[in-house]
Amino acid sequence: MTATVSKTDTKTMTMVAAINDALDLALQQDDTVHIFGEDVGVMGGVFRATDGLQARYGVDRVFDTPLAEAAIVGMGIGMGLAGLKPVAEIQFAGFLYPALDQVLSHLGRYRHRTRSRYHLPMVVRAPYGGGVHTPEQHADSPEAILAHTPGIKVVIPSTPADAKGLLLSAINDPDPVFFFEAIKLYRSVKEEVPVGDYRVPLGKARLVTEGDDVTVICYGGMVEVAQKAAAAARTAGIGVEVIDLRTLVPLDTETILDSVQKTGRVVVVTEAPRTGGFHSEISATIAEEAIECLRAPIIRVTGFDAPYPPFTAIEDVYRPNAVRVAKAIKAVMGY
Amino acid sequence: MFQLLAPDGSATGAGELPDADTRLRLYREMRRARHFDERGWVLYRQGRLGVFPPFGGMEASQVGTAAALTADDWLFPTYRDTGAALTLGLPIARALAYWRTSPHGWAMPENLKVLPFYIPIATQYPHAVGAALAEKRKGTRNVAMAYIGDGGSSEGDFHEALNFAGALEAPCVFILQNNGWAISVPTRSQTKATNLSKRAEGYGIPGVRVDGNDVLATYHVTREAVERARRGEGPTLIETVTYRVKPHTVADDPSRYRTDADNEGWDAKDPVLRLRTHLMAEGIMTGESEAALLKEVADEFEAALKEADSYPDPEPAEILDHVFAEPTPQLRRQREQILNEQGSSEESA
Ligand SMILES: Cc1ncc(C[n+]2csc(CCOP(=O)(O)OP(=O)(O)O)c2C)c(N)n1
Repeated sequence: MTATVSKTDTKTMTMVAAINDALDLALQQDDTVHIFGEDVGVMGGVFRATDGLQARYGVDRVFDTPLAEAAIVGMGIGMGLAGLKPVAEIQFAGFLYPALDQVLSHLGRYRHRTRSRYHLPMVVRAPYGGGVHTPEQHADSPEAILAHTPGIKVVIPSTPADAKGLLLSAINDPDPVFFFEAIKLYRSVKEEVPVGDYRVPLGKARLVTEGDDVTVICYGGMVEVAQKAAAAARTAGIGVEVIDLRTLVPLDTETILDSVQKTGRVVVVTEAPRTGGFHSEISATIAEEAIECLRAPIIRVTGFDAPYPPFTAIEDVYRPNAVRVAKAIKAVMGY
Repeated sequence: MFQLLAPDGSATGAGELPDADTRLRLYREMRRARHFDERGWVLYRQGRLGVFPPFGGMEASQVGTAAALTADDWLFPTYRDTGAALTLGLPIARALAYWRTSPHGWAMPENLKVLPFYIPIATQYPHAVGAALAEKRKGTRNVAMAYIGDGGSSEGDFHEALNFAGALEAPCVFILQNNGWAISVPTRSQTKATNLSKRAEGYGIPGVRVDGNDVLATYHVTREAVERARRGEGPTLIETVTYRVKPHTVADDPSRYRTDADNEGWDAKDPVLRLRTHLMAEGIMTGESEAALLKEVADEFEAALKEADSYPDPEPAEILDHVFAEPTPQLRRQREQILNEQGSSEESA
C-alpha cells in the first residue's frame, strides 16, 4: 500500500499540520479508523491536530468523548478487539494517569493473554513535554512508564515529515502504539512533508548529523536542543553524531551501537526526570553491548527528580538546553 | 431547582432568606471574586498574570457554597475556583501568585485547610473523602468540601468518591458546578443525564439541584448539607446550575465551539446583579454604601497586588525543593549541578 513518493511531491507543513494530514489520510484510507478524545471533534483539539476532521468524516468517525481518560482508553480497547482501529487522543500526556489502569492492566497484554486470538491496533496520541510555560502537570514526559510496559510501542517524532510518516505507520501497526508529540515542536518548525501516503517505519532511528567523536542520542523535543549543541561543538572541531531515536519501542540498537563503535563517546538527552528514565535503558544497553568501545563514561543529560516546574521564571532550568548538552559533550571529550 | 431569589431580585418564597448582614457579606464576597476576575484579565493582557481560568458569572456558585464553611473545614478547589478559595479566606496575594506561576502561590496559609487549585480533573474528590473521614475519626465536627465541573463528573474518581463517601458516611459536601461546558463539550454531549444531582441517588446519598446564579440559594442548601455532615449524617452532592460566560481560559477562543445563541439569557441571570437588585430594593444597601464597599474591595485588591509584586522570583534550585522531607543523595547532587550551572552561565554572561 505504501506509495512511492517523488521528491517534488511535498508541501511545507508544521508538525501539527503534518499530524492532521496523517490523520486525514488514515481516515480516508480505512473506514475502520476512528478518532476520539476530549475536544477533538467540534473544536479540532486544543492544539488543532484534529482540525476539520469531524466536518470531513462525520461525528461517528471523529467524536468528542466525555471527560474520562480511563474510559477513553478502555473503550478503545473494546473497539480494537471488535475490529476497529481506534486513534485516541489524551489531551496532555500528564493527564494520561487516570487511564494507566487500562494501559497497564490491559492495553499492553491483550495479545499475550489471548495467545494472539485478539490484538489491539490502537494508537494513543498525546502532547508531551515542556518549553512552552504550561500550567502544572501539562509538561510531563511519561514515556518511560509506557516503554516499561510490555506490549506497547512508543513513538516520539521530532520533525513534521517524521510525524506524518510515523503516525501512519503507527495507525497501520497491528499492536498498540503510544504516540507522543512534543508541544514545543507543534508550530516551531516547518519543513517539506511528502503529500499522500508516506510511511516511516517504526524501529528505525534517524541519523540527524554525522560525526566521529561523540554520539548524542535523543528524541522528540530534545533533538533540536542536541542539534544546537552539536553545531556549537562542530565549530570547536568536535564531530558530533546526533541520533534521533524516533521510536523507543522498538529500539533501534543497531544504529546506536554502530555509532558508538565509531565514536566511543556517548551523551543521552531527555527532558524526563532522571531516575529510571528511558535514557538509563539506552545507557545500560550500550554498557552491555559495547562497553569495550567506550572511551569515556556515558553521560545522561536529563530533567531532574522533581515534578516538572510550572514556574515560568525558572522552568527553563529544568529542561535540558544546548548549553547543558554542550557541557556533556565537552566532558566526554575531556575524559 | 431550588431558588430563593428570582432573576429580578424578588424573593421566591421557597425558603427563609438569611439575615441582612449575611446577605451583605455574600454580596461583598461576590464583589471581591468578580473584581479578581475582572482585574485578572487586565493583568493578563499586561503580562502581569499568567494564563488563568476565569470564573466571572459563577460567583454565586462559588461564594455561596464556600461561605457555608468555617476556617476549620477543608476546601478542595479546582483551577476555576479562585472565587471559592478567596471566600474561605485565601489571601488575594496568594491567589495572584498562584496564577503568576510563583511558588508563593503554592504555600497555603497555615490557618486554612485549602489545597492549591487542582489541575488534573476529579482527582481531588477522593481526597476530600479521606480528609472528611479523618476528621470523623478524630472526633471533630469539621467537614470537607470538594468542587468539580460537569465535565469532571464523568471521571471515575468522581463516582468512586461518591460511593466511598456514602458507604463510609464521610462528612463530605460535594459541589458539582454545572457551568454548561467542558472546554468545547456542552453538557448535553458530556452525558445523557439531564439532572446531575440525581447521580447522588445511585450512591445512596442526598442530591440537591440549586440555581447556581442565586447566591442566597447556594448558601442555603450548602449550609444545610454542611450541618447534616457535622451532625454525622453523611455526604451530600450539590449541583449548582450556572454558566461559564467567559472562555475556558483567558487564552481560549470559544467562538470555535459555541454561538451567541448558547450564551443567550445568561447575562440577565448575572448573580452579582441579582443580589444587588434585591439589596437595593430591600434598602439593605444604598448607592452610597455600595460605592464605599466597591472602593474597599478595589483598595484591598491593589494592596494585595502590591504584596504579590513584592514576592521575589524563585531561585533556580527551588525546582528541587519540597520533593522529599530530606533530599535524596541524587537530589543533593542535582542541586549542586544546578548551582554550578547557574554559576557558570552567569560567568559566561
Ligand atoms: C485528568 C484531566 N484530563 C484532562 C484535562 C484537560 N482539561 C482541563 S479543563 C477541561 C474541561 C473541564 O470541564 P469541567 O469539568 O466541566 O470544568 P470547567 O472547566 O467547565 O469548570 C479539560 C478536559 C485535565 N486538566 N485533567
